[in-house]
Amino acid sequence: MSVLKLENANFEDEVLNDQGKVLVDFYADWCGPCKMMSPVIDGIAEKLNGSVKVGKINVDENQELAIKYQVMSIPTIMIFNNGIPVKTFIGVTDEQEILDALK
Amino acid sequence: MFDVIIIGGGPAGISASLYTKRGNKKTLVINSESSTLQEVHKIENYYGFENGISGKELYDIGIKQAKNLGIEVKQEEVLSVKINEKGFEVITNKDTYESETVIIAVGNKKNKVKIKGIKDLEGKGVSYCAICDGFFYRDKEVAVIGSGNYAISETNDLINIAKKVTILTNGEKAPEFRADNVEINSKPIEEIEGKDKVEKVIFNDRSSINADGIFVAQGTAGGFELAKKLGLLIKDNHIIVNENMETNIKGVYACGDCTGGLMQVSKSVYQGTVAGLEVIKFLNKNK
Repeated sequence: MSVLKLENANFEDEVLNDQGKVLVDFYADWCGPCKMMSPVIDGIAEKLNGSVKVGKINVDENQELAIKYQVMSIPTIMIFNNGIPVKTFIGVTDEQEILDALK
Repeated sequence: MFDVIIIGGGPAGISASLYTKRGNKKTLVINSESSTLQEVHKIENYYGFENGISGKELYDIGIKQAKNLGIEVKQEEVLSVKINEKGFEVITNKDTYESETVIIAVGNKKNKVKIKGIKDLEGKGVSYCAICDGFFYRDKEVAVIGSGNYAISETNDLINIAKKVTILTNGEKAPEFRADNVEINSKPIEEIEGKDKVEKVIFNDRSSINADGIFVAQGTAGGFELAKKLGLLIKDNHIIVNENMETNIKGVYACGDCTGGLMQVSKSVYQGTVAGLEVIKFLNKNK
């Protein structure tokens, strides 16, 4: 299952109106640790195979969303449930830890 | 370009270097300043010393042993490690060095600041990496806690982004550093205040300054700080490694006290040995 490109325009539809869990990765291209996290997020999307929606937000291009969710350090990985953020991981995080939080 | 740069010159780092050098790999050891080992009065449970040995002596012998083998050992302070197209870039207070692999063996320096409020506001304005998080403080007021080379290096990463940077020495001697938007404040810090995010720094005389972000850079950059900059997995302030001393980043290894567990010379020597041998394997495979 592919990873969604999330942005201001589709955030409401894809995340806030979703009836279930959505995994969101806040990242930037210049951020070294984000590059470490990116393949982990891709791997999670593949493992979950569509059972949980997975998306990435470029904070450079979508600063309003980063501000709204008080993202002050990247990578930040947030889990939304029914449109509400329920869990936040700051910094590079172990794949299993994220998968456990999505159960 | 080095085959391997080993950060740290204690039992783990030097042991790794002995193997990589003997494995014919171009090796550089960067040895910051002090090792916890030097502070140990006497070690009586390490193999081969019938009357025990002082930590300082064992440490000095290790460095000499490496030098005798022709290993380049530089006494410099590592400020940052970056990934580039060819491998890694290790930036010190004097120079920048490139390598294909990096072994982090910086020990377990306890330079984490204990200031009220810091822990609770981590990720909510308290950061340990200016290059990673500076972006979020564009045109805002930030503070850097620290007074050494590392604090200056973090300040330099922030001055072009933030409106104002205040270096908080927390009672230490103020560094010789001047820039238009940088102020230095030497008062001891009482607490960092903020409800959902950092708002204020309060000093022990109850005076305060506003701050949107706090960058912690006290002392030298330890394993925790270098790991944050690189994107290494950390648990309980220790770098996570597997049985081959590999981290989550290909080509980056960690060994010794910075990986947690027993703080024993024997354990550091073992892990350094594994890291050294694994680096040789990795380099040979990639040739």
